[in-house]
Amino acid sequence: MRDVAIIGIGQIPVGEHWASGLRQLATIAIHDALNDAGLKQVDALYVGNAFGAAFSSQTHLGALVADYAGLGGPEAYTIEAADASGAAALRTGYLAVASGAVETALVVGVEKSTDTVGDARTLARNTSLDADYEAMHGATQTALAAMLMRRYMHEYGLELNAFEGFSINAHANGARNPRAMFRNTLKPGGFAKAPMIADPVNLFDSAPDADGAAAVILTTLERAVDLVPQPVRITGSAAATDSMALQDRANLLYLSAASRSAYKAYAQAGITPDAVNLFELHDEYTVIAALSLEAAGFAPRGEGWKLAQEGALSLTGRLPISTFGGLKARGNPAGATGVYQAVEACLQLRDQAGDNQVAGAKVALIQNLGGLGGTAITHVLQV
Amino acid sequence: METTRKQVEFQREQFTFSGTGEVYSFTTLQQAPEGFEEQAPYVLALVKLDEGPMVTAQLTDLDGPIAIGDRVEMVTRKLTTEGSRGVIVYGYKFRKILPRA
Repeated sequence: MRDVAIIGIGQIPVGEHWASGLRQLATIAIHDALNDAGLKQVDALYVGNAFGAAFSSQTHLGALVADYAGLGGPEAYTIEAADASGAAALRTGYLAVASGAVETALVVGVEKSTDTVGDARTLARNTSLDADYEAMHGATQTALAAMLMRRYMHEYGLELNAFEGFSINAHANGARNPRAMFRNTLKPGGFAKAPMIADPVNLFDSAPDADGAAAVILTTLERAVDLVPQPVRITGSAAATDSMALQDRANLLYLSAASRSAYKAYAQAGITPDAVNLFELHDEYTVIAALSLEAAGFAPRGEGWKLAQEGALSLTGRLPISTFGGLKARGNPAGATGVYQAVEACLQLRDQAGDNQVAGAKVALIQNLGGLGGTAITHVLQV
Repeated sequence: METTRKQVEFQREQFTFSGTGEVYSFTTLQQAPEGFEEQAPYVLALVKLDEGPMVTAQLTDLDGPIAIGDRVEMVTRKLTTEGSRGVIVYGYKFRKILPRA
């Protein structure tokens, strides 16, 4: 396998892009990434998208996006793994370049959530649940997360305010990020009073659906050093799965796939969790942030929530997370989220993160989950 | 491949559950998906059956608060209606087991 590096990045602001469709959003991010890398052509395009069929009645995004972006007819298709589609596309690009089959791969994550609104969007999003055993019974991803959170609180004797620190941190970082969907800060004490979506998950706990597109360009490390001043190496790439339906998991309060993919990525990179300077995790719900910290070895089981209370997760803390706002404040454009994580980690490692910079960042961990951890894909990025 | 497929199919053994269990966790949905919006707010639970497995189902016939550990029993109810002709989908829900008078 060949060493792989990221040589170009692009992203559009996350939010509600009422005037643009999937192809327009993707094309802007792609052109930003091509310009960043100083390239005009690539050998392959991998599109991370989760809900094109359900939100926009649009599949076959490989050909659609490659054509609209003027890429000259490369190999191109969609990679889908629910909310982990972006990281799945990144890993596909990584494997293609590492294997020697492709010299330059373009990965774009794109989602157009606002093509569908209200109950219809909730129904569309439910296509990533177990149709027979979850969705048919009126479940939603938020309701399932709520049941996880209630059980976590029950087992470890916690009140709602134990989770407040995650959202305060995400919004503090989102407020500094011009591309974040939510740029307001949250005041301490407000979290527990927010309107409930599915108790105990409330409006300040849950990440917003959004439109967005982000892109990265991958090539071999050997070529990368000649092409750009600051290539970012992908030193670890690993994916794992767990039972898709929560009800089928041996231990609901342990994200087994998240743990397995993280440790496989650490092993490949030859690092331990201590070496990580920042962690872009899948904070779609605060309880998932807590469980992700536990799964990746940053806290013992049942204690992930404590890190948010100790200030450990801020930009100047010992393990900064959600450094550009995370899913909670930057927003969660589903199939694009994993690629946003990669773009943000590159900005940190290239020392181009501006007001969101983690000083001296050399090793970034990014982890994207599909469903509530049914799919987990972890990458280690380094300079 | 034929052998493998048959093995997978035939290894699934039919098992009849008693239909009773306890609430492992639960939530009240305020935002429901299309097809369930008329029922909102409704209570969804993870029910740990007495035989061990967990199922996801709504709690019904509620009269008072729910707590983790509450004993529940399965009942057959309408889950939703499908399509423009309103075909009714029936399935399992759970209700609290009331103390006998």
